[in-house]
Amino acid sequence: MSAQAPPRTELLLQLADDELVLGWRDSEWTGIAPFLEEDVAFSSIAQTEIGHARAFYELAAAELDTTADELAFDRRPEEYRCAPLVELNLVHDWAKSVARRWLYETADAIRVDSLKASDWPELAGLAAKIEREEAYHALHAGMWHDRLTRSTARERFATAVDELWPYALGLVEGDQRRILCEAAGREDVPAVERGAHVEDWPALWEEMTMVRRTVPGGSW
Amino acid sequence: MAVWEVFRQEREGAPFQHGGSLEAPDLAFAEAYAKEFYGRRAESLALWVVPRDSVLEIDEPYVAPVFDRDYRRVDGYSIKVKLKEARERAGTPAH
Repeated sequence: MSAQAPPRTELLLQLADDELVLGWRDSEWTGIAPFLEEDVAFSSIAQTEIGHARAFYELAAAELDTTADELAFDRRPEEYRCAPLVELNLVHDWAKSVARRWLYETADAIRVDSLKASDWPELAGLAAKIEREEAYHALHAGMWHDRLTRSTARERFATAVDELWPYALGLVEGDQRRILCEAAGREDVPAVERGAHVEDWPALWEEMTMVRRTVPGGSW
Repeated sequence: MAVWEVFRQEREGAPFQHGGSLEAPDLAFAEAYAKEFYGRRAESLALWVVPRDSVLEIDEPYVAPVFDRDYRRVDGYSIKVKLKEARERAGTPAH
């Protein structure tokens, strides 16, 4: 795939890669979340994010004359456009995983809202559909945020949010960053930008793409 | 963590029926999990989420009859026979 995708495709790949990789990371909690109900809810959210990724990939694939699967699994690790926030391996740290969910949903709501006004009708329509599911994600992230903020784990949670905040800013650009600062009630700081990947990324890429690399072009 | 009972209504006008129970630390969590378990596939029109502690459970719901008061019960009367007789008197055919 060409490294110079047209700007609107570039945006789609950022969105798709963010949703795929976060969905993958969150699904690492399946079976080991703090309690059964949360295990089901968290896994379900992870699955929905991957569904959104698929929809974005399909839109991009039509532009780039390829398929969603090829975009999702056949690129080199350095070709992915996801923000470093979603690449971080946070499993076994529930405070950080919840902090990431809350920060991601706060930023994603701003991003999806602006996509609804896109002059690309397919993208605007997709954003409106996605927003309906994201409302549940926001409810879930909000309740955890409120509870942990009031709990005996509040300091641990606050530290997790502090640590991830520069990464969260890297999800959006320009004016959306200012809106994110307002929504999260936090100061603007130097962001961890897209482009570079974190050290947790190669192992995740290996795992995600293993089956496709073992049987190239296979279908089952 | 508290136990919450979830009742679901499948369509407008239908009675709410018990769907199951879930564990959640507070009402906000109970709402989110109830939506996830009983609303995600549009299988419910509406839900009632009730803390189990608020449900009054009655193990022996009958008032034991001490004296013979069968006359209070309607199941001893054969309405069918009486109805047949009445119809014959009135000359209307039975259906």
